[in-house]
Amino acid sequence: MTADTAIAPHGGQTLRRSTRYRTLRRFTRHRLAMFGLVVIVLLVMACAIGPSLVPFDQFQLNMRARFREPFATVHILGTDELGRDLLARLLMAGRISLTIGFAAMVIAVTVGTIVGTIAGFYGGAIGSALMRFVDAVLCFPTIFLLLTLAALVSPSILTITLIIALTAWMEVARVVQGQIRALRERDFAVAAEAMGAPDRWIMFKELLPNAVAPIVVAATLIIARGILLESYVSYLGYGIQPPVASWGNMLEKAQQYLTTAPWLALLPGLMITLAVASFNFLGDGLRDALDPRSDLT
Amino acid sequence: MSSFLTRRLIQSLILLWIVSMIGFALLHLTPGGPLSQFANTPGMSDEDLTRLAEQMGLNRPLPVQYLEWFGRLLTGDWGRSYRDQSPVLYVIGSRLGATLQLMITATLIAVIVGGFVGVVGAVRRYSFFDQFVTIGAMVALSIPTFWFGLVVIYVFSVKLGWLPPGNISPVGNESFIVFVHHLIGPSMVLGLVTTAIWSRFMRSSMLDVINQDYVRTARAKGLSERIVLVRHVLRNALLPMITIAGLEVPTLLSGALVTETVFTWPGMGRLFLDSIGYRDYPVVMGLLTFTAILVIIGNLLADILYVVADPRIRLQ
Repeated sequence: MTADTAIAPHGGQTLRRSTRYRTLRRFTRHRLAMFGLVVIVLLVMACAIGPSLVPFDQFQLNMRARFREPFATVHILGTDELGRDLLARLLMAGRISLTIGFAAMVIAVTVGTIVGTIAGFYGGAIGSALMRFVDAVLCFPTIFLLLTLAALVSPSILTITLIIALTAWMEVARVVQGQIRALRERDFAVAAEAMGAPDRWIMFKELLPNAVAPIVVAATLIIARGILLESYVSYLGYGIQPPVASWGNMLEKAQQYLTTAPWLALLPGLMITLAVASFNFLGDGLRDALDPRSDLT
Repeated sequence: MSSFLTRRLIQSLILLWIVSMIGFALLHLTPGGPLSQFANTPGMSDEDLTRLAEQMGLNRPLPVQYLEWFGRLLTGDWGRSYRDQSPVLYVIGSRLGATLQLMITATLIAVIVGGFVGVVGAVRRYSFFDQFVTIGAMVALSIPTFWFGLVVIYVFSVKLGWLPPGNISPVGNESFIVFVHHLIGPSMVLGLVTTAIWSRFMRSSMLDVINQDYVRTARAKGLSERIVLVRHVLRNALLPMITIAGLEVPTLLSGALVTETVFTWPGMGRLFLDSIGYRDYPVVMGLLTFTAILVIIGNLLADILYVVADPRIRLQ
């Protein structure tokens, strides 16, 4: 969010050390970012290994054990309206939600970086045409655009990932375009051009490596958004379809049981908030750590 | 000033044109298509479908269909809903009010709460309050709106019984108090994200101004801290917030869709979801374009107001 969430470390002796070391130090000193990182690692591990440790299957129905409360029976986090173990479902849902967030990020960053680099490098008619297109896509409120796309494809993990990426690449394109446009005026880029390097070389070997920091920050924040958006479409019924569980679609049915079984609504929402907040914290910390100016304030 | 307005207006029109093309392409180039609702009807033969396509003008080339559609868009003829044949603009108009009520109340909450929190955070920078609110704002931005809605309903309607669990005022009882009572829950939910965003921007806007020379001058000439903060800092820090208010339109619209679903609020968002469910393409298309127009207008208005409010800006 802001560059001053954590107080940047400064002092005489750190200035002598290498930039990379100082960046790492700023990052490890950022308590929220470290919290985010730890939670993400724990969540990923839990979702990867957890399901094999839980003695219940996510699809296993048990009509005699419906609406079991958390911490009361062998079902640690309780059961849902069909008697399925909530913990098993939450962990399996986590696999899907986290995978979608991550995969959507990879696609969005790739598309956004390519569009942004081309627009920033060539400028002129191509650049402004591309950026006007980005502006136009940004005019559509995200959920409206996402739902339209989601309603038009047959819902699967792949298609949901693709449409989330389609609604998320524009911001990367904007960031990259700004960076590339500023960098290409710098001496090293002008020199490369004067030596006769081909455009593609200058774009991807000279300019882009210098724009990695803001891309990494944007990528982290896009994972957070991807998880959030997946939960929105799935909650509204156009995302991951039951019986496959995602954190979003677990909440779809929960509203009708709000009075009798509130844990069905509370737990998946907590998981989403925890995961999304962790990636946001991490992105915020990375932004502070990768910004060389934050040492000077 | 007037040339700036003209340029901004032309930019907005170009944007609107691209927006309409994207929206049109989106719905016509994807599988399903406007005929899908009839294709699933039992007893429909292929000949019937072809005749229908002809009737609806769907067998002509896409560019022609687009041009015709865009022409009608400009004249206010946005087509008719597949569901009940009423004009799209009329359908949207009948739902616009309910959504605007939510958006305006949510913005008011954001301006008051977010603004206050941001000002205090900037004045007491790095204090416990400031750090707490910084973390709180980031958590608020990570909460799925629909889940926060469920939590609000659970706490305030189910447990405490203070608020109705949703829906606009019941039929037959349309007094103002009942209306406001129903508005509280959804506005709180919709306002959460906007409040968080406002508090962050208000804080950094305050900090930008606090370090200005004229603030130091005001302090140096012996004005009380309160007068310096209110008259010199706050007044100037509020100016950039006009832009933020404009930029928040798409976030509010997206949030309204979700909030309306949770609280069964009869606004544009619910209309959009219902129309998607019925494959009612004229309404879906109309709403998509309509919300984008609202966003463009919001940004344009914010830019104009900013120039009007801040005499320091002289754009050629």
